[in-house]
Amino acid sequence: MVSRTKTKKRKAKSSGNGKGSVISVCLGTGGIAAGGDKVFEKFKRVIKNKRLDTAIGKRVCKTAKTGCRGLCAKDVLVDVTVPGKQALTYERVTAEMVPQIVEDHLVNKTPVKKWLAKGDYHKFHDNQQRLILGNCGAIDPENIDEYTIKGGYKALEKVLTRMSPKAVIGEISKAGLRGRGGGGFETGWKWESCAKYDSDEKFIICNGDEGDPGAFMDRSIMEGDPHVVLEGMVIGGYAIGATTGYIYVRAEYPLAVERLRMAIKQAEEYGYLGDNILGSDYSLDITIKEGAGAFVCGESTALQFSIEGKRGMPRTRPPQSVESGLWNKPTCLNNVETFANVPVIINRGAKWYSKIGTTKSKGTKIFALTGNVKNTGLIEVPMGITIREIVFDIGGGIPKKKKFKAVQIGGPSGGCLPESYLDKPIDFESLLEAGAMMGSGSLVVVDETTCMVDMARFFLDFCAKESCGKCPPCRVGTTLMLEILIRITQGEGKEEDMDVLEKMSDEINTMSLCGLGQSAPNPVVSTLRYFRDEYIAHIRDKDCPTATCVALYKYTVIPDKCTKCTLCIRNCPVDAISGSKEEVAFIDREKCIECNLCYEKCNFMAIK
Amino acid sequence: MAKAKKQSVKEETVDLTMAEKILDQYWDVEGCLIPVLQKIQNEYGYLQEPVINLVSERLNMSLSEVMGVASFFAQFHLKPRGKHIIKVCTGTACHVKKAKGLSAKVIDRLKINANETTKDRMFTFEEVACLGACGIAPVVVVDKDVHGTLSPDKLGDVLDGYAKSYA
Repeated sequence: MVSRTKTKKRKAKSSGNGKGSVISVCLGTGGIAAGGDKVFEKFKRVIKNKRLDTAIGKRVCKTAKTGCRGLCAKDVLVDVTVPGKQALTYERVTAEMVPQIVEDHLVNKTPVKKWLAKGDYHKFHDNQQRLILGNCGAIDPENIDEYTIKGGYKALEKVLTRMSPKAVIGEISKAGLRGRGGGGFETGWKWESCAKYDSDEKFIICNGDEGDPGAFMDRSIMEGDPHVVLEGMVIGGYAIGATTGYIYVRAEYPLAVERLRMAIKQAEEYGYLGDNILGSDYSLDITIKEGAGAFVCGESTALQFSIEGKRGMPRTRPPQSVESGLWNKPTCLNNVETFANVPVIINRGAKWYSKIGTTKSKGTKIFALTGNVKNTGLIEVPMGITIREIVFDIGGGIPKKKKFKAVQIGGPSGGCLPESYLDKPIDFESLLEAGAMMGSGSLVVVDETTCMVDMARFFLDFCAKESCGKCPPCRVGTTLMLEILIRITQGEGKEEDMDVLEKMSDEINTMSLCGLGQSAPNPVVSTLRYFRDEYIAHIRDKDCPTATCVALYKYTVIPDKCTKCTLCIRNCPVDAISGSKEEVAFIDREKCIECNLCYEKCNFMAIK
Repeated sequence: MAKAKKQSVKEETVDLTMAEKILDQYWDVEGCLIPVLQKIQNEYGYLQEPVINLVSERLNMSLSEVMGVASFFAQFHLKPRGKHIIKVCTGTACHVKKAKGLSAKVIDRLKINANETTKDRMFTFEEVACLGACGIAPVVVVDKDVHGTLSPDKLGDVLDGYAKSYA
């Protein structure tokens, strides 16, 4: 048993606590791809040569693998903190810039102004409310002391010393926390129903099988702040009386597994995990289970089968997992982000938490803002924010002067929302109403060069491939719908196809066994609802308005839109385009090899 | 022809000591099939028939059960793979940033389709759904190196780099 005195005796070590200056280089996927490790090495060398008293830390930002502070577009980001001054951030740092930053900022104490992060870096952050992501990018995830300095494990201490399991559940219910994995199920209610079953064994599972293409918030939390997940899980385990915990992590996230393993070991050493946690009589062990690559395993019953070592196929419900889940014992399963919300609620109280958000959706939500938008990355915003605020204020709008067309929210289970929804506040209910879904929170911005029929085909292709094959509506239905969509994108669509698609969507939705099948037609339904004219163009006119569908390519110049910039002429590899600064471009169809370069290069959408 | 035959014979005589070792650690753990297969694949590169037979025997499970799991999950490979694994992300963010062109580049360069391996077993090409690096889409991951914000041209250079180091 680890006593609390031992816990407190440990001296806190933190790279940010020293007296000297601190340089932290972002080493996320984005950072490394932009040359972050070179910058890091260079800093180390220069500082060593100058014998400066500076701690240089890997600011293993939010995650070492996904990006830093959520703004990968500006990589490499470097934070420089001089004692007694506020930390300043440099953007787009290269190894060549390092000597001057060290010389000016560290030695002469005058920051290199021209390289400091510009307005939109701050705008990106100022519009957010980072309750959950606050630690990501700010602390070293491999060091438990940095977490505890920031108030980590305080909530657990409070729960174990001053709260009954019932009180914990009551607090979570009062806060109005809803599952962040997709469905938006009330967490308090789930815990309560799991707590009421008596059993010799009970399980609490953290669902880290983040499969939605376009979502990476769970990975970022697990990699950037693993202890918050553990803390949330132990609190949840205490509330429902769990005897064992599992974290199911997606196969594609090796770094998350590594960090969580490290965090579990440290938490056990400190007495936050294992037998008699913090001297109380509650014990919980947490084991990591690595997934093996199946989207459907994000579904709770499929995930449980996968932990049991079987094929990950969902089963019919009831019984619900809270009654009979993993190895037929009561099991409570929550998403990574949900668990990360728990310590915040316990620390700051349900009353404070429930003030954030809308009437039915409380708190903040992390979105993965990606696609055709200037600032791509992870953002955390209060529920009820509008899409316009996200895309234009935080995201900085659409690059290359192209026009906004839609946002795809919620991954393959979600839908595409057009411009008319820009000012709608988003929460669980409003998205469902609009025909999309919160899902795990992927938010892909689509500009006018993306074909919506092809987008629907893309998602259906994903669902058809990932269907586990257990129930025919999903297995056969998605495949048949995909065939129709492929036909349409190849210019062989028929008038009645749209009705057939709608009817099939309805049937698959009502008859499928699990959420994957039920929501698989959503992207088709929503694009049919909002972008029907594009379907019609494909079917009737055999034309793809965005020139995405290769079979329907035309390659002609729209004279009204051509600005005579000659960019297409210069880029054509076979000299098929004629024209000049005075004359509108013309494409010779005889010579054209349909490489699509001119279309991609044109900044004015003048080629179709 | 003779050469190919020789190779296949070689594959069937697999050294099972590592697999035995892994099974010794796990055989009495409930629900251990997936971790066992993962560990074995890490050692052997892919799941060969003799190894699968051994697993089924030692875990006292029918061969169909083991194969059912091995063929269900995308992470398990039943065929040999190349030295370098090229993963082109086809997630949503990469899709709208035209990842299609990247796949086309790989197909054009290596003359193999998705989920195939070049004859010299140098490269395996896979299309994967979302690698979680959407911030720097479109993304291609070669082995463990992430290459972000690519264009078909830039990808060509990246591939050249790998081909060169083994030329």
